[in-house]
Amino acid sequence: MLTTVYENLIVQTVCRIMVPFIQIYALYVIAHGHYSPGGGFQGGVILTASLALIFLAFGQGAVTRRINRRLAVILASAGVFIYAGIGLLCLLLGGNFLDYAQLAKILGVTIPRARSLGILGVEVGVGLAVMAAMYSIILDIAGSPAKPETKSRPISENKP
Amino acid sequence: MKVIILIFVILSGGLLIYGTMDMPAWGDPQSPANSYVSPRYIEEAYAKTETPNIVSAVLADYRGYDTMGETTVIFTAALVCAFLLRKNSDEDEDKS
Repeated sequence: MLTTVYENLIVQTVCRIMVPFIQIYALYVIAHGHYSPGGGFQGGVILTASLALIFLAFGQGAVTRRINRRLAVILASAGVFIYAGIGLLCLLLGGNFLDYAQLAKILGVTIPRARSLGILGVEVGVGLAVMAAMYSIILDIAGSPAKPETKSRPISENKP
Repeated sequence: MKVIILIFVILSGGLLIYGTMDMPAWGDPQSPANSYVSPRYIEEAYAKTETPNIVSAVLADYRGYDTMGETTVIFTAALVCAFLLRKNSDEDEDKS
């Protein structure tokens, strides 16, 4: 499924131009969640959209060469781990679970600042988890590139 | 049998509609939801979290447990898709 790549110069060039801006915008949405609508969920989905654009324009190999399926699941786990890890860190520092005020002890900042940084930390975790999870779902739904088909095609062409 | 089911559906639906009669009016400033924690969030959120966007402060700080659950839901969705739809993952890794 979706193994055939229709090489279209216009689509590929526009994709090549747009993808960096989409990814920068996604990072902006994640990092600017404190001041404007946005945050980890939205930014993560926009990041996935840029990967989906590469997928559609350049084929599955172009994205799996950069982030393969196993790495996608590992990144999703890492995102959830960052979130839960910040919560556990607060627990270890003597507060409640996800009580970011305790982070002030190791960050050396005031308590409101520590809570702000704690929010940023979990947003980054959420963004990473959402990006990798959505990307993994897209890859799984698209299916693996049909290996025998792609291999047999040149052979069948050579035989006659 | 279908008549009995219909009666139960109508009864339970009527019970639910009757239950909504006691709910506060939409947007009532005196309702418990608007008079208990919401003013506190609006007044204290910036001073206590240095986050001008109150939605972010509530989402990631005051309701951090909830957001962690949401993240876990999305992660679980990806895992289930991987378990159900992915096949011969080892061969894929060789290729990619």
